[in-house]
Amino acid sequence: MAKQVTLTIDGKPITVDEGMLVVDAAKKAGMDIPVFCYHPKMEPVGMCRMCLVEIGRPMMDRSTGKPLLDEKGEPKLQFLPKLETACTNPVSDGMVVLTQSEKAKAGQKSTIEFLLTSHPLDCPICDKGGECPLQNLTMAHGPGRSRFLYDEKMHLAKNVALGDLIFLDQERCIQCARCIRFQDEIAGDAVLGFDERARSTRIVSLSDPEFDSVFSGNTTDICPVGALTTADFRFGARPWELNASASICSQCPVGCNITFNTRREARADGRIVIKRVMPRQNEEVNETWICDKGRFAFHYVESKDRLNKPLMRKSGKLARVSWDAATKFAGEALTKAKKNLVVLASGRLSNEDLFNLKALADQVGGKAVLYSGMGGGDLTSWVGVGQGTNLGGMGKGSTIVVAASDLYEEAPIWYLRIKQAAQRGATLIVANPRETKLDRYANFVIRYSYGDEGKTVQDLTKKGKIGDAFVKAENALILYGSEGLGLQGSTALAAACARALNDTGHVGRLNNGLIGVWQRANDQGAWELGFRPEENLQAVFDKADAVYIAGADPFGDGLLKIKNAKTRPFIAVQDLFENETAKLADVVLPAQAYTERDGTFTSGERRVQRFYPAVPALEGPKPDFAITSQLAKQMGVILEGTSASVVFEIMVADQSSFAGLDYAKLAEVKSQWPIVGRGDLYYGGTTYENKDGLGVQLSNSAQRGEKFSLPRVQKVVALRPKEKKLLAVPITKLYDRGVTVSSAELLEQRIGEIYIALHSSAAELFKVSAGERVRLSLDGVSAEVQVRIDDTISAGVVLVPRSMGLPIHEPTAASVKSIRKAAVR
Amino acid sequence: MSYVLLRHRDIPDIGKLSVYKEHGGFEAFKKAVTKMKPNEVTDTVKASGLRGRGGAGFPTGMKWSFIDNKNWPHYVVANADESEPGTFKDREIMESNPFQFLEGVAIASYAVGAKAAYVYLRGEFWQIAKFLDEKIAEMEKAGVLGEKLFGTDYSLNIYTHLGAGAYICGEETAMLESIEGKRGQPRIRPPFPAVHGLYGKPTVVNNVETLANLPMILANGADWYKSLGTPDSAGVKIFSLSGRVRKPGNYELPFGTTFRQLIYEHGGGVQDGRPVKAIMPAGASSSFIVADDKVLDTQMDYATVRTLGADLGSASVIVIDDTVSLDWVINKTIHFFKHESCGKCTPCREGTYWMMHLIDRLHADGCTSADVDLLLNVARQMQNKCLCPLGEFSTMAVVTGIERFPQDFGKA
Amino acid sequence: MSLAKKYPKEVKQILAKYPPEYKRSAVMPLLYLAQSEEGCITRDAMQDIADTLEISVTDVGAIVGFYTLYHDKKEGKYRMQVCTDLPCALRGADQFMESLCSNLGIKIGETTPDGLITLEAVTCLAACDRAPMFQVQSRDGLKYYEDMTVDKTMELIEALRHVDKETA
Ligand SMILES: Cc1cc2nc3c(=O)[nH]c(=O)nc-3n(C[C@H](O)[C@H](O)[C@H](O)COP(=O)(O)O)c2cc1C
Ligand code: SF4
Ligand code: FES
Repeated sequence: MAKQVTLTIDGKPITVDEGMLVVDAAKKAGMDIPVFCYHPKMEPVGMCRMCLVEIGRPMMDRSTGKPLLDEKGEPKLQFLPKLETACTNPVSDGMVVLTQSEKAKAGQKSTIEFLLTSHPLDCPICDKGGECPLQNLTMAHGPGRSRFLYDEKMHLAKNVALGDLIFLDQERCIQCARCIRFQDEIAGDAVLGFDERARSTRIVSLSDPEFDSVFSGNTTDICPVGALTTADFRFGARPWELNASASICSQCPVGCNITFNTRREARADGRIVIKRVMPRQNEEVNETWICDKGRFAFHYVESKDRLNKPLMRKSGKLARVSWDAATKFAGEALTKAKKNLVVLASGRLSNEDLFNLKALADQVGGKAVLYSGMGGGDLTSWVGVGQGTNLGGMGKGSTIVVAASDLYEEAPIWYLRIKQAAQRGATLIVANPRETKLDRYANFVIRYSYGDEGKTVQDLTKKGKIGDAFVKAENALILYGSEGLGLQGSTALAAACARALNDTGHVGRLNNGLIGVWQRANDQGAWELGFRPEENLQAVFDKADAVYIAGADPFGDGLLKIKNAKTRPFIAVQDLFENETAKLADVVLPAQAYTERDGTFTSGERRVQRFYPAVPALEGPKPDFAITSQLAKQMGVILEGTSASVVFEIMVADQSSFAGLDYAKLAEVKSQWPIVGRGDLYYGGTTYENKDGLGVQLSNSAQRGEKFSLPRVQKVVALRPKEKKLLAVPITKLYDRGVTVSSAELLEQRIGEIYIALHSSAAELFKVSAGERVRLSLDGVSAEVQVRIDDTISAGVVLVPRSMGLPIHEPTAASVKSIRKAAVR
Repeated sequence: MSYVLLRHRDIPDIGKLSVYKEHGGFEAFKKAVTKMKPNEVTDTVKASGLRGRGGAGFPTGMKWSFIDNKNWPHYVVANADESEPGTFKDREIMESNPFQFLEGVAIASYAVGAKAAYVYLRGEFWQIAKFLDEKIAEMEKAGVLGEKLFGTDYSLNIYTHLGAGAYICGEETAMLESIEGKRGQPRIRPPFPAVHGLYGKPTVVNNVETLANLPMILANGADWYKSLGTPDSAGVKIFSLSGRVRKPGNYELPFGTTFRQLIYEHGGGVQDGRPVKAIMPAGASSSFIVADDKVLDTQMDYATVRTLGADLGSASVIVIDDTVSLDWVINKTIHFFKHESCGKCTPCREGTYWMMHLIDRLHADGCTSADVDLLLNVARQMQNKCLCPLGEFSTMAVVTGIERFPQDFGKA
Repeated sequence: MSLAKKYPKEVKQILAKYPPEYKRSAVMPLLYLAQSEEGCITRDAMQDIADTLEISVTDVGAIVGFYTLYHDKKEGKYRMQVCTDLPCALRGADQFMESLCSNLGIKIGETTPDGLITLEAVTCLAACDRAPMFQVQSRDGLKYYEDMTVDKTMELIEALRHVDKETA
């Protein structure tokens, strides 16, 4: 434990860790020293001068090293003539801090008065009004009346787009640099800066595109005034009109804790709608941050295209029918199929939904298939990260390996937290065939060729310095993904990772183990519950008598085709949208969005977390688990559990890794640092305090001491395309045309056009150049795409982003053709 | 008396390496490197009583002894930013007696174990930087800079770094930021540069004039230096005399010279024979001294000037005669500081802007007593709250101008 | 073309002044180099410097914005920067400036119609004993002109105009 020191603040004795700043010590003791520029997660800069206090330090006798005493035997104190900033001064023994003295109060008041000389008094129309630190601190510490002539106020631009997502009101900015420092220190994207100086100082972004960062929304949370607002929410509502419901982000496997702010809205015909997504503090998951995808992509749940009635195929056409008719119809077909029933579901569904689907498949002897192009989830159940794992607590002594994943694009908050762990001293090893943003923070970067993933990880424990860094580390984690990999390749990679960890004793303990960088929020949950992906989905489909597809669009994604219309299986689809698969279905069952109900997701770190209903459900759709039990009932299978919590209880009884959990446990909270929310807005930002649960991390087999036998690492034969062909490999982009993103109009520009990336020598070979539109053909499909150049990949490779319109599920041969040439001819 | 710092006035070609060498050039540095331990050099400088000439007057040897010896490498930075209105002494040293200054940099570097030193020049000294680069190259060629000097293991390189128009970069931590390729905004202190300086390493920052003293101190001994000047302020000082005097310019004089001697004997008296009304002893950052006969006979050293309610600072003495109204003077200083505030901290950024509006208003409409009071109040409100001294500096003329010359502000 | 390609020797020399792990230090000298190339600092030049030093272009722009001797807009070929600060003003700098304005027919901050001279008022240039004075900033760097009169200044401008015509 750190050394303790005792000081007094306004007469109250306080004992805290040595090195803590006075402002934090006060906060810990429940006392507020006002701040603007200080933020507990960033380095102090002492620039706003809001936290001025008087600090007295005991005078020391140089010869004895003991404090000098006055006549009364009290230690003599030395106060500087200047007021000091509580945010930059660390505590020391015997220190006396006065925050309420005449002098200190005058200092605080004058800072407010200075700030208000150029701040507009537009609180009534300001987005921050109601949750504004400046407004609150002015009430608490400011002068009552302005001595600055209104006519002499600076008049500046009020709607400066700092990029397409964030707007700046230059008049409201108080130059605290929180946003700039966040981008630089925390996000690692130094895309904001100050232009000019003195009173002309203003925030700018010169990156291309402007404010080029996937963390930009967080700056609006920590901005202590209404200077930064999101394009999405600005002028959208007043903070006090909003309701807040706790939830979990559904966009990636990190499982960020979020809050949905909702309001009844005339423009939406009086419905209650989601106005914004805010981070909700969970220091072990996302701290107080979320990425922009999580913040801005939620619109899909409110899409106008949502299904709201069951559909049934009648004389070739899908027609709206009642729930009874639809389930009866589907139930009969599914019953007939018996063990030839295939349930195909994705990690977009909650644990409860997946559990019911799996139970149904099991009861009739059918098959539960995970809709996923990435393997290895069984291994993460065995040797996944131990309970208590917290990236935020890792630093010196820990080694983190990131293999075959571009975390900035795939799981931004993991990127952010691993970057910080590296900055705290953890050894970071990044293994990827091309450059990724995380490389900058890596101690070791391993470049391998696509296809050599498994081998690369197997060698990890052998190579000199890198091997030592991994083998000898006190703690070691591996995050593996599916960059350039299909199911087979990622399964092999997972096996190699699991072995490396197991062989070096990095399993079964906290801050050790394997993490899958899944493509969906609850893929890990699906694995836990026994869903397994299939290498040849088409074959499984062709053999089945009925398939029940939930939360997936295999036809839209180009993974399934109807080969024979006569012998094709019966298709039941359960989804939010009438996707390509639904269009071919015999019956379509409309599901509720997760924002309309409760349930749980299991994150990639195997933390089970609850989400709660945020908006009233649409009329028509039902929760997935309920639809499944209704169908089951038709089939004579009883799936108890009328509510998500009851399904969860049944699931817990059935699943050893979930043992001991219930909804109440998941809803437990403990006090977290820094303190955020409510009156502490000025301190931690508008991040929500977590009152609804921090979730519970599952134990794993290694930790429980269960026996398991790791599979051999399958040799993957690397594809070597013929001359004139390239090896096309899938990569993942944060903003794609996936169903959970594409309805967010705001992100349109960031999603951009479909593109491919080539090495410049490949571009030369095919006579295409950067920015040009070309035709890419692979696996019998082709599309027009834009060319980008990436010289960090090898010449024989073309990178194809997933979910951008061109189906690619595993490495395959492709050809590139210039269309410009054809046109000339 | 012969010159200590402005030796080119005695020896016109001292800016040539051969001439400098003929006059004992680099002997002091050689002696330090070959015959003295670094701490002996520091002790000599301590004993000489040399205080920093950049403005704060901090004892130079003592500053060096604070350097953190647990953290390496160390750096020396020569402050050649010289941007205080009224200061133009470092420029003359560098232009005309460059080797003595560079030798001083070398001695300081040896004393604190620095193997690299930077000379930070204000961007306007573009030509001087080029000139110094040539002089540094000559020194390298002559073997007094570079690897393994004088057959020892000690190596030293000196580099110039040009600012680009920012008064605040004269403040030492802003200067370090600027060398690091950042906006020249001051850092919070502590930690001081001696612990956490350039690139986070222990660093000594000294003014050009301070450094130019060092070869002479090592050559002639601490006692010799101490014998010049006053007990409080040892040695000689270059007074940059400007304003309403007949012969403005640099005057190298021992501490303890009186204002009257400086202005009348050396500066040729006030233009048009007018009386001195006010003196700003430290450039635009000064408090005003009300000039009367007694004051004119006051000795100029750090302690005595303080008894007049002002700081001697960099001794850039601006003389104001009775034809000038002080509201005009503070109009100039306020606009200066408003332009030069780095914008980092609230009281300075907003306060200088506010003061500018108030002084503009005073000039537009004539003085109303309430506006003057408000101006005084705003200036006072800035005091003791700013992150660095610039903000405080901006208030000195305002507060002392209104308090000491109320009649110039419509208050009798 | 990038500075590093066009001026390999200069760029190398500049980078050699600073420890390799703190290349960022080279931003100010590189900006001077870019400015001497174009007369001002273009967005492309900022990007080029950012790439060379592996910092963000916003960081480079923030430096350009902070320091007054960097210009991101093209103005007069010669920037005549007259010190009108207190010590110079006590010696007639304001009147000098006024006469220059009326002789050139422009206001402070403006550029002569032929694009030759931009007239600027600046803070102290450390030449207080030689007022009136100014410096001329151009692509070739900076030059001081001290103890000036309006006549001498107008002669200088004529000479600059002449040089300008000859080189054009
Ligand atoms: C706003 C401001 C401007 C300063 N300008 C200069 C300057 O131009 N030259 C200088 O030598 N010191 C200047 N200083 C003082 C330096 O911060 C520092 O104290 C000095 O360089 C130390 O050197 P010395 O101990 O040799 O005097 C300035 C300080 C402040 C606060
Ligand atoms: S006092 Fe002025 S110059 Fe100093 S930090 Fe504050 S704003 Fe910057
Ligand atoms: S100076 Fe302490 S909070 Fe800003």
